[in-house]
Amino acid sequence: MIMNEEGKKEQTVSGNELGQGSTPTGPTLKEKVRKKEASASIGKGTFEEEISRRSFFSWLTIAWIAFSAATVAFFAMMMRFMFPNVLFEPPQSFKVGYPKDYTVGQVDVRWKSKHGIWIIRSPEYIYALSTICTHLGCKPNWLENEQKFKCPCHGSGFRKTGINFEGPAPRPLERFKIVLADDGQILVDKTKIFQYEKGQWNDPESYLVV
Amino acid sequence: METFKHLVNILAHPTIMLTVGMLVFLFFFPPNDWFEKWNRRLRLNFLWTKKGFYFVMFLMVVFFLFGLTDPNFSLIIKKPDNVPIIGLIFFVFIFLWISMNQALKNDNLIEAGEKPEEYNDPEDKVLVWPDLVYIEFIALILCMSLLLIWSIGLEAPLEGPANPAESPNPSKAPWYFLGLQEMLVYFDPWLAGVVFPSLIILGLMAIPYLDTNPEGAGYYSYKQRRLAIPIYLFGWMILWVALIVIGTFLRGPNWNFFGPFEFWDLHKLVPLTNINLSEIIYIKWFNRGLPENILVREIFGFLIVFGYFLLLPPLLAKTAFKKLHQNLGNFKFGFFIFLLLCMLSLPIKMYLRWLFNLKYLIAIPEFFFNI
Ligand code: FES
Repeated sequence: MIMNEEGKKEQTVSGNELGQGSTPTGPTLKEKVRKKEASASIGKGTFEEEISRRSFFSWLTIAWIAFSAATVAFFAMMMRFMFPNVLFEPPQSFKVGYPKDYTVGQVDVRWKSKHGIWIIRSPEYIYALSTICTHLGCKPNWLENEQKFKCPCHGSGFRKTGINFEGPAPRPLERFKIVLADDGQILVDKTKIFQYEKGQWNDPESYLVV
Repeated sequence: METFKHLVNILAHPTIMLTVGMLVFLFFFPPNDWFEKWNRRLRLNFLWTKKGFYFVMFLMVVFFLFGLTDPNFSLIIKKPDNVPIIGLIFFVFIFLWISMNQALKNDNLIEAGEKPEEYNDPEDKVLVWPDLVYIEFIALILCMSLLLIWSIGLEAPLEGPANPAESPNPSKAPWYFLGLQEMLVYFDPWLAGVVFPSLIILGLMAIPYLDTNPEGAGYYSYKQRRLAIPIYLFGWMILWVALIVIGTFLRGPNWNFFGPFEFWDLHKLVPLTNINLSEIIYIKWFNRGLPENILVREIFGFLIVFGYFLLLPPLLAKTAFKKLHQNLGNFKFGFFIFLLLCMLSLPIKMYLRWLFNLKYLIAIPEFFFNI
């Protein structure tokens, strides 16, 4: 840098050595700190000398505690994140109306989005099918024309009974416990599942005789 | 025009497309003398010349431009989700062409008793600073500006708010996973979703240990690597890229197959009833019910799978891969052949499904074990 005028030179120098030298206008940061130190601990020597072995450790302890606290707080917040304020958790057991509400031979899709079940009434009984594909858990659609459930993800197909017959799904859809409540309504309990491949569809709770 | 579209729709059926694709592949990338003879006779290496390059690029551009005029296909092409795949189709060809072009040049040189071109290149070394870093920097800026233009010019393919009760129809994975999704159609989730992807990564990592052929190191050559290149390209071009293309262009509602010019009919009726091997054998052939005992029921599937993985390797070591077996030794060869058989099991399973509606060779839903 070429400096011709006095003023410019001074400016440049102070600019270059910011934080080390002093500006003509006021005390630097370090000087301020020094002054403060001096007023805080009179007669104890300069700032640099002040960090003894002992105080170093106490500083370290404080820093370490602060660091650990921050870390703990961080992980606590992260754990808090695991428990959202709003949970999509519809009740696991619920009433779905009276048996006469269901037409024979029809697949009732009314409860699919709310409770994740299809209610199917065959001539003899009513059963509740899970809407979760047994392949990877997508939600199949009921196709009335084809009379089958068809999964949009990898094309698994299930018959009205829930039996898998096309695509990769390895086992039939699950059925839920279905009973009559005291008031005559149908009560579905999703906590109890019945799997065909384990022979559980013969369980009297897995269907409702009407 | 309509007949042409109809023809494409028919040819696009995966059974036909994959069969033709795999056959053509073998002639373009001949793994042995017989295919090489035909490769020469049909002058297929024309593809890797400059003229061939322009020819293919021209065909592809014309095809997509033509596709834009079709109401059904243009919907697929113009979907912002699918832009990368059209790019992929072009780029895969361009890079393949560059390396094959160079490889064939070298092959000719080597045949004439000379050294490959890379040996005579005085500039075959690049200084990291500044040359390489500059190139990388420019590439970085170009990519950034491309992404910027892309993100401004095309709307993000957002869908409606998430709804755990409904799956979009069809539900497609991100484009780079469409190959995996296609694989999931034919295999149990634990195989297609866990075992095979791990094997793919493991296999890629194993390449330097299995491919110990010192020829072709440092220069492009096809003839000296007549085994390595086709095997790799088969996995990459057919089992990865082609499956992505199938998943993008040919899979429609209810995950049915649709030709590119076909209307995506929600109610397209595809009569399909898949059956397991045990059902074919016991019910169809023996005319009786399935045995109670799981092992007895699935014994044929087990026999086939064990035969495939235990009998084929020694057989291949004695015949097709004799030289390789000598070079690699038992252990490495076993590993190699295991990976190869796993890779080939995918097209095999696809054909079994398409031709015989076979669902699983071994089906034990009781233990989540299906192959
Ligand atoms: S999730 Fe239903 S077929 Fe894969």
